[in-house]
Amino acid sequence: MPRRAASSSANDPSNAPSSSPASAKGGIAIKAPAVIPNRLSQFFSTSPKSKAEPQTAQAAVQSASGILNSSTATPPISSASLSLPTISLSTATAGNPNMDEPPTTLFQPPSPEEARRLAKQHAQFGPIGHHSHRYTSRHPGGPFPEPVMDEPPYYYLLTTYISYLILIAFGHVRDFFGKRFREENYRHLKPQNGYGALNSDFDNFYVRRLKLRINDCFERPVTGVPGRYITLIDRATDDHNKHFYLTGTTTDTLNLSSYNYLGFAQSEGPCADISEETIRKYGITSASTRAEVGSQDLHVEVEDLVAKFVGKEASMVFSMGFGTNANIFPALVNKGCLIISDELNHASIRFGARLSGASIAMFKHNDMRDLEAKLREAISQGQPRTHRPWKKILVVVEGLYSMEGSMCNLPGLIMLKRRYKFHLFIDEAHSVGAVGPRGRGVCDYFGIDTNEVDILMGTLTKSFGANGGYVAADKEMIDKLRATNSGVVYGEAPAPAVLAQIMSALRIINGELVPGQGEERLQRLAFNSRYLRLGLKRLGFIVYGHDDSPIIPVLLFNPAKMPAFSHEMLKRKISVVVVGYPATPLVSSRARFCVSASHTKEDLDRILTACDEIGNVLQLKFSTGIAGGALPTSEDATPPPEMEKEWRRKRNTKIVPPRWQIEDVIRRGVQDVKSPLY
Amino acid sequence: MDIQETQRLLSEHLHELADLFHRLPGSAIFLRYVKSSYQNDPIRSAVELFLFLFAVRYLLAPKYSTKPGVVQLSEDEVDDLVDEWTPEPLVGKPTPLEAMEVDKRTVIVGPVGPKSKLSNGRTVTNLGSYNYYNFNTNESLKEKAIQTLRNYGVGPCGPRGFYGTQDVHMKTEADVASFLGTASCIIYAQAFSTISSVIPAFSKRGDIIVADKGVSFAIRKGIQISRSIVRWYEHNDMEDLERVLAKVTKEQARKPLTRRFIITEGLFESYGDMVDLPKIIELKLKYKFRLILDETWSFGVLGRTGRGVTEHQNVDAAEVDMIVGSLAGPLIAGGGFCAGSEEIVHHQRISAAAYTFSAALPALLSTTASATINLLQNGPETVAQLREHTKAMWAQLDPRSDWVYCTSAPENPMMILVLKPEAVAAKKLSLDDQQFLLQDIVDECLANGVLISRLKTLQDNFEPKQIVPPALKVCVTIGLTRKEIEKAGTTIRHAITKVLSKRK
Repeated sequence: MPRRAASSSANDPSNAPSSSPASAKGGIAIKAPAVIPNRLSQFFSTSPKSKAEPQTAQAAVQSASGILNSSTATPPISSASLSLPTISLSTATAGNPNMDEPPTTLFQPPSPEEARRLAKQHAQFGPIGHHSHRYTSRHPGGPFPEPVMDEPPYYYLLTTYISYLILIAFGHVRDFFGKRFREENYRHLKPQNGYGALNSDFDNFYVRRLKLRINDCFERPVTGVPGRYITLIDRATDDHNKHFYLTGTTTDTLNLSSYNYLGFAQSEGPCADISEETIRKYGITSASTRAEVGSQDLHVEVEDLVAKFVGKEASMVFSMGFGTNANIFPALVNKGCLIISDELNHASIRFGARLSGASIAMFKHNDMRDLEAKLREAISQGQPRTHRPWKKILVVVEGLYSMEGSMCNLPGLIMLKRRYKFHLFIDEAHSVGAVGPRGRGVCDYFGIDTNEVDILMGTLTKSFGANGGYVAADKEMIDKLRATNSGVVYGEAPAPAVLAQIMSALRIINGELVPGQGEERLQRLAFNSRYLRLGLKRLGFIVYGHDDSPIIPVLLFNPAKMPAFSHEMLKRKISVVVVGYPATPLVSSRARFCVSASHTKEDLDRILTACDEIGNVLQLKFSTGIAGGALPTSEDATPPPEMEKEWRRKRNTKIVPPRWQIEDVIRRGVQDVKSPLY
Repeated sequence: MDIQETQRLLSEHLHELADLFHRLPGSAIFLRYVKSSYQNDPIRSAVELFLFLFAVRYLLAPKYSTKPGVVQLSEDEVDDLVDEWTPEPLVGKPTPLEAMEVDKRTVIVGPVGPKSKLSNGRTVTNLGSYNYYNFNTNESLKEKAIQTLRNYGVGPCGPRGFYGTQDVHMKTEADVASFLGTASCIIYAQAFSTISSVIPAFSKRGDIIVADKGVSFAIRKGIQISRSIVRWYEHNDMEDLERVLAKVTKEQARKPLTRRFIITEGLFESYGDMVDLPKIIELKLKYKFRLILDETWSFGVLGRTGRGVTEHQNVDAAEVDMIVGSLAGPLIAGGGFCAGSEEIVHHQRISAAAYTFSAALPALLSTTASATINLLQNGPETVAQLREHTKAMWAQLDPRSDWVYCTSAPENPMMILVLKPEAVAAKKLSLDDQQFLLQDIVDECLANGVLISRLKTLQDNFEPKQIVPPALKVCVTIGLTRKEIEKAGTTIRHAITKVLSKRK
């Protein structure tokens, strides 16, 4: 059931403090009491600036909903937000009515502009509902648990394989007839007039016959800010997803798809203000490469900030995250060096590694034993054939894996690094800003000194709402890399507006700007991530990844459930990402939720409700319970995950598949989210 | 326990086992098969038994490595080797040239414009940025960018495939396509990463690439990662190109038809000279190659309205299979594009790595690109003015200087100035020497209030190695008056003379 942003908080009695837009406290619970009232504070403050124009609440709400749901059927406006009375003190004191005195009004509904502004603001970043909706993302100590990989009953695996077989068989039948009767559609797959085929028939099969069927779930055009809500531009197709045309309408959906972890995708507020100022002052571009004359004071400043933020001596920033990885490896390793890379590393790492000319080995995802075996073999055997020792070995991992939601086992890696002396490269594309008590990535999360890691790379696209990437390391290394990294020499320098966004986002996170807000964003993200994950587990979904990861993949398995899930979610005005082969293994198609600090608990409840309904219809609740989420036992002592098996055996408790009622999930979510989710 | 007892127990067990065996599904069939086959042909049963035992042995055998030359080592030996192994540092010490690069980096404080303030507090004439049309100080463009910022925020927070395709991207793609006159267009988030993703999206292992020897670093990276067969032809030598094409066609005549590409640049990054497009089109049609044309430095520069080399040399853009260009240079936005037929563009949306795996271009850069394309389209006089200014700068440098000559095409506002071979020979300058000398010239210019740059290049690990002659880079801008351009040109000329005549 779709709820509007403007009225959603009013439905829940638990957020009384912020339900009325005019509450003196404002919509946000900022911890630091001494907030200097500046231009930035009004960004979150919900108290109306102008009280001059009293307007009916109805008009306000209507105009607000007009913005949010311009094209779609307006859901019923909740009575709470409609009948906000104007309380007048002077008329209330009926004993001695003094008509000369102007009425002293305690509460006034916001003016239409004000309401519109608020609606827009809340569509980008929802106000926190309750002060308890916070959590600190931190490794609780002890060995890092492997995420539990739950498996569905064999029925689902079997039907998945059969589905693919049917799809492939159908594809071939259609190709057989298509190639004979609709030759024009296959022209680019065949040699023509002496030109080789543009695409290989075989490579193209998957795209042509499988992906095409669900093309409407990908590349959905959007407009506006990809914040808490995202506006989809509606489109339709007449030729079975080959071409789309825009229907001219838009749909506002709850956004679970953007990598907007800290909610910095905003068109107003401090970041946007500073970006605007920067454009006015600096123009739009740096108009050169960093190595030539494209270095501006902004670049230097951002590099210093990034370095300080991630805890390294120096850093470099680039205008593209993919390019950062693609260009850094050739500057680090070359022939005679070995890259040992996690098998699930991002395509950009593979791209860069291939360009470097170094040998490449892979280890099983997050498997430290396999990595150790690979290291022992590599060091003892040396280079192939010649048996010369490797010049250097670079282990490349990601902080947070974008398809799995799992974090790298940093403590394990550091232990191995001490023993085997390899160099460690961590790609923090998703983890920087998203994990750690101070949002500084996996090192922060595990409480590990950043000096233990040689090179930290990350993107500025995701958590900071900007664009580009960075590489941080010791000053000496960065100085050399500035001269040898092709991204510096040939790549365009990041644009001033983008730099301003990075700078302001970083300053908010570290508390220099709008003290308290950065902390709130971090803690809300941590809470939201755990809350949604726990809820999904309890409902009975198979969810991959670690507890604190803001990436929550929900396993669907059957390929046909991908479009079905996406469509059902879209019907409920929620936009999600579905991914299947080849981005994932063939069987484990999944939907991926990217949680943001801009979501409120109500948003997450809305998602949980939607998932509950869809899960029933699509038969998605097949978890066995080994990954947690079961009904709490009467005993208080919950075992640590690694002891759980033994604990269960001792007590002879069977694993019960969790199938909670949605009401219970929502009722117990907030309090249970702060204990281990297993 | 006597022997009979044992026999009894044994037979009991055997009976139990037989019972169990009979209860197994399919055991009857198995028994029947063995019985009948043994009666007919006992040898066959023996062979089958042998095969069965062999299969068991094979499956139980320890795994062995197929890697040749693996030395078996004990755990202790491995431990010793691990203790012994000392890796090189991840990043070595910088060479003197690299140290100089970092040391001499200029930092502009404030906006990039025709006059820019440096970090040392001085305001200099900026002839280093690609701000040819001085769009960067254009207030209406700024307003538009701010408007976009206020509607879209800064980053799109996602790749194009997952809710990162904003309407502004679709508009820019349509704008570029209609500006060039191609059917379709796709935009990437960084110009430098564009071509190195476009090439491997189409050209795979076993395909053939014929490329100019002087192509840019990014193209070389694209060719390298594609793992295709590469044939090089001499820089801008059409006869050599024809020779190579004929040779390749002859070599491949008997083999199955693969994709074949010619890759070259419109204006060359390292030399500044121009391609002979009509001739290449003729050859490409004759030998049935597809053409990938990198217009990174010519898009927005050449032609009456800046449509690039196709407009300049009167070639229909649809004749070129793929036109790759940059929105980051004179268009002052960001990102790159690839324009071509609908199939070509569609294929990249699925298989070009830098498109699918990268976040989309920020909306405000996308709208800026649309806006600047519109400005160029409607203002051929700006392009003409740039050409006038370029001519004025040429007049100051190329014929007048005794030490350098310009390898750029006369229309190219980015002038590449190379030391004359006789000067290099006379002073016995190595490549590194030249770089240091050129840096001295840059410093000397800067001391006289003119900011120019050296042509920055990197040596890569791709064979054959490419040696780009060290050069100075002067970028003309219409933000300066003709007088200022001439004055700056004189300054540069004098600086060159001063530095070079001082040496030995």
